[in-house]
Amino acid sequence: MNITINGEAAIIDPLTVLECLEQLGIDPRRVAVELNREILPKGAYPGTALKEGDSIEIVHFVGGG
Amino acid sequence: MLEKNDKLIIAGREFDSRLMVGTGKYADFPQMVAAIEASGAQIITVAVRRVNITDRNKESLLDHIDLKKYTLLPNTAGCYTAEDAIRTCRLAREAGLSDFVKLEVLGDEKTLFPNNEELLKAAAVLIKEGFTVLPYTSDDPIVCRRLEDLGCAAVMPLGAPIGSGLGIRNPYNLRIILDTVKVPVIVDAGVGTASDAAIAMELGCHGVLMNTGIAGAQDPIAMALAMNLAVRAGRLAFRAGRIPMKLHANASSPLSGLIA
Repeated sequence: MNITINGEAAIIDPLTVLECLEQLGIDPRRVAVELNREILPKGAYPGTALKEGDSIEIVHFVGGG
Repeated sequence: MLEKNDKLIIAGREFDSRLMVGTGKYADFPQMVAAIEASGAQIITVAVRRVNITDRNKESLLDHIDLKKYTLLPNTAGCYTAEDAIRTCRLAREAGLSDFVKLEVLGDEKTLFPNNEELLKAAAVLIKEGFTVLPYTSDDPIVCRRLEDLGCAAVMPLGAPIGSGLGIRNPYNLRIILDTVKVPVIVDAGVGTASDAAIAMELGCHGVLMNTGIAGAQDPIAMALAMNLAVRAGRLAFRAGRIPMKLHANASSPLSGLIA
């Protein structure tokens, strides 16, 4: 299945958002996720399945002024 | 004791420190942590960026910050449109579970001056969505008043361009802004050394926000302490009420009782 993660094309097995984060080694508590440009609340990660063509943004806090 | 009853209040939240510091440009996380500690700041800014998917070994900023001790102020640095800034704020709220945001919408890469038209547009939307908006703005009293009218919790005019270290270039505009708005006025950007921070506070500004002035110093931890002291000294001097400036001398010692 083809999706876009942070602007990069990716091929993944069918997964939920939570499973996708776990596979990428990302702690879900420390990030925010946009699915097709809509904020996905943290509580929805386990129940949201990624679909062909989805675009997902995963962001976190970094140093800044 | 004199400082005890002088809290900075932003959107009903009280802070003892009037210095806000950034978390960017440090050599490493331990240096950043030590500098923040020395600064005495309680509000610290962070940026929102994509997680690096290919290199997951990098340490996370939040592993180094005690969230019980500090209030995070996510910024929208790098955003040039209201739309991007709004999107970044929504992500920040989801990542940090707080509605405090430092809203900045930049005009161009060379000056990093604000695009106030987009800033006002973004502020209006975010305030409707329940964000506590602290906008980085030009030192323009009219824009500051419009930001206050929209419901911003503070206004954050620049002292000089971001990262320039040029200090407080237009103290008169800051005074007019202080006269124009009722929300806290926090000088954001331009501070290069301790006296710059003290000048901002002596003018009556309610706080100062800085990053490069500390992180870019040769000894960031020492500079963080210098800024901590300067902000407090400047605030105390403002509250104490300085003497008027006079052209001619005014002797400090009695004129009577001089020997022959």
